[in-house]
Amino acid sequence: MKILVCVSNVPDTTTKITFTNDNTQFNTAGVQYILNPYDEIALARAIELCEGGKGSITIINVGESSTEPTIRKALAIGADDAVRINAAPRDAYFVAYQIAQYAKQNAFDIILTGRESIDYNGSQVAAMIGEFLDIPSISIIKKLDLEGSNAIIQREIEGGKEILTVQLPFVASCAEGVAEAKIPNMRGIMSARTKPLQVIDAQQIEQVSEFKKYETPAPRGAVTMVDSAEAEKLINLLHTEAKVI
Amino acid sequence: MSVLVYVENADGKFKKSTYEVISYAKTVADQLNTHLTAISIGDVSHEDLESLGKYGSAKVLNVSDEQLKTFVNQAYASVIAEAASKEGAKVVVLANSFTGKGLAPRIAVKLQAGLADSAVELPSTDDGKFIVKKTAFSGKAFAFIELTSDVKIIALNPNSYKVVENGSPATVVDFASDSNESDFKTMVKEIVRATDKVSLPEAELVVSAGRGMKGPENWAMIEELADLLGAATACSKPVSDAGWRPHEEHVGQTGIAVSPNLYIAIGISGAIQHLAGVSSSKTIVVINKDPEAPFFKVADYGIVGDAFEIVPKLIEAVKSYKSNS
Ligand SMILES: Cc1cc2nc3c(=O)[nH]c(=O)nc-3n(C[C@H](O)[C@H](O)[C@H](O)COP(=O)(O)OP(=O)(O)OC[C@H]3O[C@@H](n4cnc5c(N)ncnc54)[C@H](O)[C@@H]3O)c2cc1C
Ligand SMILES: Nc1ncnc2c1ncn2[C@@H]1O[C@H](COP(=O)(O)O)[C@@H](O)[C@H]1O
Repeated sequence: MKILVCVSNVPDTTTKITFTNDNTQFNTAGVQYILNPYDEIALARAIELCEGGKGSITIINVGESSTEPTIRKALAIGADDAVRINAAPRDAYFVAYQIAQYAKQNAFDIILTGRESIDYNGSQVAAMIGEFLDIPSISIIKKLDLEGSNAIIQREIEGGKEILTVQLPFVASCAEGVAEAKIPNMRGIMSARTKPLQVIDAQQIEQVSEFKKYETPAPRGAVTMVDSAEAEKLINLLHTEAKVI
Repeated sequence: MSVLVYVENADGKFKKSTYEVISYAKTVADQLNTHLTAISIGDVSHEDLESLGKYGSAKVLNVSDEQLKTFVNQAYASVIAEAASKEGAKVVVLANSFTGKGLAPRIAVKLQAGLADSAVELPSTDDGKFIVKKTAFSGKAFAFIELTSDVKIIALNPNSYKVVENGSPATVVDFASDSNESDFKTMVKEIVRATDKVSLPEAELVVSAGRGMKGPENWAMIEELADLLGAATACSKPVSDAGWRPHEEHVGQTGIAVSPNLYIAIGISGAIQHLAGVSSSKTIVVINKDPEAPFFKVADYGIVGDAFEIVPKLIEAVKSYKSNS
């Protein structure tokens, strides 16, 4: 079995988000980059499914050379080899197209992504890959098990869950519950340095969206403190002042 | 040219987020001086379909094929894309729900369309440009995306647009699609819905609690307060990691992003990753025994004190407020 895991390189979760150049650019000064937390979950499940020599895992990233530490981290955690498509990720459409083109030439049984990248938060890449390849895509899954040439998947829906069977090959975007993220061990870190990392060129595709600028949320007004001895007054304030109940 | 809106149902019923999406799509159609058509897939009563007219959709395409009664991502995407082409739709609007997140990207690829997910406002259409504001960096910021393709797709976040009612009943037209066998490689086996609970991503009121609650046995009061208010319950990440609460309740940067009218945080410190998922809440109430807890910095109302004393008082206060109103 061959599994492709898509990984993105994102600002650390503690990053204070600020912008430069008249709010058109994310301020990367002092920002630490990490492997997207959801992609760690996808990778962890891929490793479990391949345990005991049952398959191989390829990591794919669309990014410039600065993403290589993140790719190496994924190799250290347990993937076998990696591909970097050398381009700045313009939008999800562009990223998914590049990944799909690669996947077309290298038949994979399963393609996994994270539920969303924590910087762009589009939740778009997985389903777009599915459409480019004309294979099923399941977004935001919480469980994934194999049963012959099918997978049994649980996905989240509003106020509940849906359990479905899917024919291989398919794409799925992984959320918490699918697996616990794995920490690389010393052996993994050593071997990651020598695992193959292939760099390929991006392919041309027409642009469908263009990023314009950012905005930070408006600051909140001052906080109104309610004395704990009169906590019940809060309910009144929520009704008469905030008008939310 | 026209605007097409996909009206999602849950077990044959439309939800508030669906009405938000139609109201939004109607305004987009007005902005572009064109008309709005809705498409519904599944088993929805004629009456409910007609009622969509009230929110601005004069025409409703109804797809009720047996094969499409339950959600099949690929097949639904094909039907919606086909309807968009037949209707000459230049803008397609969906809810940024779990289902919408699975559908919108596929439709975008089919129609070679730019997609603005997690939209929070109407597009700006000045100078022939089409620019949509969406959340980014897990709620820590907003981004403005110009859709430059011929067809444009918007997935609207819940609680981002007010429902507007002023139209008259819609004309319902059956829509038969050319179904494609290769679209049916997934099959739903089971749907489990906790019907008595308010769904967190769409909730207008949320009562959330953190490690300050000490253990899962103390959640009864959180649930009681939530039930009385008609709110959804939520929690911080360590709480769901420890198995005190299910993962679906975890909000924040690596959990669900919520934007309710009211978010009550009890015994949650207010770490940056938690705040990311809740900062677009309209009103934030923080209850924490530590006056230095960072959460107070983004709160609208705060109470410094022990949750185990304050929550029961709030429960009593809501009860008496309800019996007086
Ligand atoms: C990669 C990464 C991603 C993360 N993503 C998320 C995320 O998405 N969501 C998230 O929530 N966290 C996330 N975190 C964790 C986050 O950093 C914090 O650790 C977490 O939010 C803390 O949870 P807490 O506030 O419940 O617990 P604590 O920080 O332990 O705070 C407990 C609070 O309860 C108060 N308290 C204690 N007893 C009482 C009492 N009797 N009455 C009233 N108050 C009391 C304390 O004063 C304290 O402020 C992430 C961390 C990392 C590294
Ligand atoms: N530049 C990228 N290269 C490879 N995979 C990516 C890239 N960006 C996003 N992904 C994958 O797609 C998922 C969803 O991303 P998004 O659609 O941006 O929210 C991520 O969790 C990754 O698995």
